[in-house]
Parts: sequence; C-alpha cells; structure tokens
Amino acid sequence: MRRLALIAVLAALALPAFAVTPEEMLKDPGLEARARVISQELRCMVCQNQSIDDSEAPLAHDLRVLVRQRLEQGDTNRQVLDYIVARYGDFVLLKPPFQLDTLLLWGLPPAALLLGAGALVIAARKRRAVEATPPALSEAEQQRLAALMEK
Amino acid sequence: MIPELGHYALVLALGLGLIQSVVPVIGARRHDAALMGLASSTALAQFAFVGLSFVALAACYVTSDFSVMTVFENSNSQMPLIYKISSVWGNHEGSMLLWVLILSLFGALVAAFGNNIPATLKANVLAVQSWIASTFYLFILLTSNPFLRLAQAPFEGRDLNPILQDPGLAVHPPLLYLGYVGFSMAFSFAIAALIEGRIDAAWARWVRPWTLVAWMCLTLGIAGGSYWAYYTLGWGGFWFWDPVENASLMPWLAGTALLHSAVVMEKRNALKVWTILLAILTFSLSLIGTFLVRSGVLTSVHSFANDPRRGVFILGILIMFIGGGLSLFAWRAPVLKQGGLFAPISREGALVFNNLFLTTACLTVLTGTLYPIALEALTGAKISVGGPFFNLTFGPLFLALMFAMPFGPLLAWKRGDLYGATQRLMAAFGIGLLAIGLSFAIEGRTSVLAPFGVGLAFFVMTGAVIDLVERTGLFRLPLAAVASRALGLPRSAWGTAVAHFGIALTLLGIIGAAAWGTEKIVAVKPGETLSLSGYELAFNGLKREPGPNYTAVAADFTVREGGSVIGVMQPSKRSFSAREQTTNEAALMMRGASQLYLSLGDDEPGGGIAIRLYYKPLVLLIWAGGIIMMLGGALSLSDRRLRVGAPRPAAKPALAPAE
Repeated sequence: MRRLALIAVLAALALPAFAVTPEEMLKDPGLEARARVISQELRCMVCQNQSIDDSEAPLAHDLRVLVRQRLEQGDTNRQVLDYIVARYGDFVLLKPPFQLDTLLLWGLPPAALLLGAGALVIAARKRRAVEATPPALSEAEQQRLAALMEK
Repeated sequence: MIPELGHYALVLALGLGLIQSVVPVIGARRHDAALMGLASSTALAQFAFVGLSFVALAACYVTSDFSVMTVFENSNSQMPLIYKISSVWGNHEGSMLLWVLILSLFGALVAAFGNNIPATLKANVLAVQSWIASTFYLFILLTSNPFLRLAQAPFEGRDLNPILQDPGLAVHPPLLYLGYVGFSMAFSFAIAALIEGRIDAAWARWVRPWTLVAWMCLTLGIAGGSYWAYYTLGWGGFWFWDPVENASLMPWLAGTALLHSAVVMEKRNALKVWTILLAILTFSLSLIGTFLVRSGVLTSVHSFANDPRRGVFILGILIMFIGGGLSLFAWRAPVLKQGGLFAPISREGALVFNNLFLTTACLTVLTGTLYPIALEALTGAKISVGGPFFNLTFGPLFLALMFAMPFGPLLAWKRGDLYGATQRLMAAFGIGLLAIGLSFAIEGRTSVLAPFGVGLAFFVMTGAVIDLVERTGLFRLPLAAVASRALGLPRSAWGTAVAHFGIALTLLGIIGAAAWGTEKIVAVKPGETLSLSGYELAFNGLKREPGPNYTAVAADFTVREGGSVIGVMQPSKRSFSAREQTTNEAALMMRGASQLYLSLGDDEPGGGIAIRLYYKPLVLLIWAGGIIMMLGGALSLSDRRLRVGAPRPAAKPALAPAE
C-alpha cells in the first residue's frame, strides 16, 4: 500500500514526458556524466522526493537544462549546486546542508549509536563487576563455615 | 442490499471487538475459564464478520455496482476481473478494510491454533488485539466508510488509476499488510506480558513464529513492491528513499532486530525488557507508517491541516497505542526480572551488536523521514531529505552490520572466541579479497568503492556457508556422519545461514546495478540499431495494439548478442481513455542475473521515438536475495521447537488398559 501511494503520486505527476530526454543531453559525455551526478543531488520541487534526474515534471526539465547550461559555461559541480541553491533555497538539495537547523538530523543517528554503545559498555562493566565479586558471606554463613572448619 | 450487508457486518464486528476488548481481561484477572474462553469465539466470529464485509465490498467491485461511491471512483466495467478485485484495496477505504481483515485473521489464527499458549496470556493477547481492531473498525466506520452510496448511480466508473492496473497491485499490498499487521501480534504479546508482569523464555517461543510470519511477508512485500516500481516507472530505479518506502522499511528493520533479540531471550533468558520494548516499537512503526501514508501529512503539512478528520483520528490512534504501550512499558518493565549473564564477545554480544546497528539504522530512517515535516511545522523552513542523505548515513551502518554478520553464528553462547571465529572465517576473507581483486580486474576503476562492496557480499555469503560446514562437520567427518548431522541440525540454523546468504545477494545486486549499469537515452527511427554493453538492438518499428480498456503503442526490437539473435523486446505505452493517462510498460530481458531494460518515451519531431535502454548487471539478485531471505525465515519457522511450542514433558506412553 505504501509503494502504491508512491506510484499513484508519481502517476498523478506523470505528464507524457520523460525524465532525461535525448535532446536535453550534452554532446560531451564527460560533461553529461557530471550533469547526471549533479541532477541526482537535486530535488524536483513539485514532486514527492524525486530527483530531477528521475522526474518527468516540466520544472525538473527546466532545472536539468539549467544545470547543463552552467556546466557548459565552465562551472564546477560545486558552483552549479551553489548557483541553484542560491535561486531555489536549501529545499532543492536532497542531502540537506549541515547547519544549525539540521543539526539534529545529522547528529541524531551517530549520537544514538555512540550512546547505545556507551550504555552497553557500562552495562557490561557492571555485570562483570557483579560476576567477579561474589557477595560477601553473611554472618550466619560465616558461623556455619567456622563450624564446618572445626569438624 | 449487498453494500448495506457489508456495512452491517462491520458494525457487528465492532460490537464483538468491544466485548473481546473487555471480557477476557476480566476473565484473566479472575482466572475464570469461561470468560477467558469467550475471546476465542469472538475472535473467530470477528474474522467471519470482517470477512463477510470484505466479500460484500469485493462483490460490489466485481459486479461494478457504481451506486457505491468507492466503486464508482476506483473501478470501471471494462477492467479485467483481476483488476476489479485488486482495486478493492487500490484506494484508501478499501485498503483500510483489508488492514482490519488481516488483523482479524491473525486474531482468528491465535484463537484457532494457539492451544499451547497459557490461558491467561492467550486471553490478554486476544483482548489487546481487539483494542487495535475495534479502534480501526471505528476509524473505518466514522471516517472512511467504503460502503457509502451515491444518490444516483452513474453508468460508468472513473476507472482505477492506470498505473495500479498491474498484477503488482494484486500481490504487493496484501503482503505488506500481512507484515505490518502481523507485527501487531508481537505488540499484543508484549502488552499482555506487561499486564501479567511475567515473561520468560517460553514467551519468546510463542511470539517468534508470529513475528517470523510477519517478517517474511513484509520482506516479500517490500521486495515485490521494489520490483513493481522498477518495471513500472520506466527508468529502472528500485529504491527511492521515498517516505512511503521508508514507512515500510522502518518496521522491517525493527522487526529484524526483534527476531534476533527474541532468540537471545528464548535461548538465554536475557534481553527481556529490550525485546518487549522492540515488540512495542516495531508495531508502533507500522502504525506510524499507516499515519504517514494515510493522513496526507507527507504531501504537505498544509494538506493535513485542510482535511484533518482522518489525520487527527489516526494521530489519536498513534498516541493511544504508542503512548499507552510505552507508558505501560515504563511502569511495568521494572517488574520483569533480568537473567542470563554473558560476556561482550559471545553470541548474545553479537546479537546485541546487531540490535544496536539495526535500531540506529531504523532511527536514521525515521529521523530522515520525519525531520522535514517537523522542521516545517516548527519553523516553516523547508528542506528535503532524499537518497544522497540516506546513502551517506544508512549505508555505513548497514555495511558495518553486514561485516559483523558472519561472526555472530560462529561465536558460542555466553563466552565466545573471536580469534577462533576469525580463523574459521579465513576462507571467507580469502574469497572476499579474491572478489575485490576480480572486480577491479573486470570493471577497472569505474567505481572505487563498489569492488569492496562485492568483496563484502562474498565474505558474508561464504561466511554463511562456513557456518553450515562447521555445524555439519563437512570436510572433517565421514559423509554419513555429515548427513546425519545436517539432518539433526535445527532448521533455525539453516534458516539463519540462508537468510544471511540472501541479504548478501541483495547487496551484490544493488552494487552491480548501481555501480556498473550502463544506459543509453536516444531517439531512434525504424531500421536503426543501438548497441550497449555488447548487445545490439535493431528497431523494427511501432505498432498499435488495442487492449481491454486502453490502446497501446508497442515498439519492436530484435536483440542480438555477438551477431546472433537472442530474442525480441517489445516495450509499450498504454493510453487509458477513462482518465486520459498513459502508462509505460518496459520490456525486460533476463541475461542470467542481469537484465536488459527498455522503455519508450515521447515521439520525436523527426519521426522517431525516444527510448531509454539500460543494462543492469546482477539486478535480479536484489529481489532474489529478498526471496531467499524469506525462505530462510520459512526454514526457521519450520523449526521443530516452534511447531511444538514451549517445552512440554515428553508424551506419556499410552495408559495400560483398565483391568
């Protein structure tokens, strides 16, 4: 059902167009390969979590052409991304930048791993301490021991 | 008449559900066998009534009764019968009915086959199961009634969304729901154990088969959905890190962790509290998945606010079950006694490692999925979290887990020997290194990381084989002894090895398709030939083909390899008149575990047509791995100790005949 909803959403957006189309592609295979890599980092703004490389929406087409134009003008990958982010905001990046309001997003998983590992280590130490030092004999036990030793 | 019958049956199921929610709990407190026994009867009756309701709705679809609103909106008299049936759950209302049908099925299964479960535990489990069921009956009846009538019945229905007119719809949602809803069993058992304040190794043994069944269905459901999207969406992607996919991945990760921790609990009576918590969390994630997809919160925070009726109801359900479950846990968990000490390097330790990484991976997916929604709701800032984020965060966790995987089964319980396990894995290390070297030799330095991934996959696969070799004594003992040991080996040991082998295959498929796939996106005209990765495709032309409720344009390609014809590929586009939509039917050609993938695009101005041609090396292993994982689960499920349930004294010899 989940996937079904995804497919339904994608279908609703599906216009009789294609993701990357032949006429969009650059002649230079090196540049085109870079364009594909960049496209996979950029979100189609009107779709649900699709990259512009996969999206069939007209807006994605415009962005793909823009990326290729910038590349032809000699931009580096970083410059192309910066150029697009400057116009459309962080929303276009499928990998959000590491900044104040994404601190938890990036930080939570490693923090959870470290905290979990730390808790396990502490628990293991505690258990070992418990195992290593058996509880001291109670008074009654001491007396019984003494009685046995005397026999 | 039939829709009203279905509606009424659902109301009756709600009535039964409410009775079953209360009476067995009282019975369990008073140790009243009659009150407790009631739960079994009502559970079976609930299943019968929900089943009747579902059949009634299906009958409306099959007979194309367009006076029923959902039928009008999602069906069409021209559709083939299979899609008329599967469109029952191709929409919100019907899918919720399927949800409760499966829920009541699980309840009925416990009632019918749970004879070895202690009476009070069984009564409480069925009661908790009924809390969930009653809430969802109410949800359907109050906000999502699939039986609503239209005042005037239209002559024709609006048709099912064309992209859902696929055999995938017949299989994928039911399997996924069997998985999601199946985890409700683990939840009910956990809550029942907390109510009773008693939990032991036997509890784990009763829970495990239900969790295994749910996990198997979910595994198959996710794999099937992935393959469906792969061939339907026209560009050969198999996983998108989309929120709706993440919604199914999270319960799978938590459920996988639960399966592993339940082993520790059953064998060593340890990790009890953690296992209970995981059982609650796994089902909570299933509910969160339902909420994410059903409330519309994903598309936008605003669409949720615009039609809050369903969303708020589901949010209420979430708070009630997750909040309630966790509160009960916080209150009662201290009562549960911990047991079973173990050293960090041991089988238990390895399983704890597994749980740590699986839950962290699950948390990563959860954070990535919910963070944009939360951030927008709180600050209005909009960010996107997609594939590149998850590859960077989820990827390493998963790879670390894979690397540790072969060690676990080779370590002994309580105190393991890591050095010894490493020694026994030497062959696996060797084969892994060989695979890395070969990958570099064959594929060159096109991708620097991929060969290491291949090495890891082969390391895990060989590790799984070594585990079996060690246990059966192959190469060490005479063959007869090996055969008898292999037969005597618990099926769950076989299941572990098979499932671990399966996930490694999936990894291999992902790497092959992602790193070494090739593609060609061009416009072709009849008579032209394309070549890709050693294959040559000659375009013979386009032809029109009428379908039952669509017209298709199909292209015909002859495929050659090394000059000789190996087959034809006929991708097509279908135009559906009822919704004025087109779908893309890609043509697939198997080459061993690899695939050629060809789909059609737009007509080009010059008289040709745009096509996308992909060569996807090893791509079939992705789903084959999923099926093998599922089979591993099935082997484990067939383990004798799960079939017979908790340990019982050996059957007494037949009594001597009376004098």
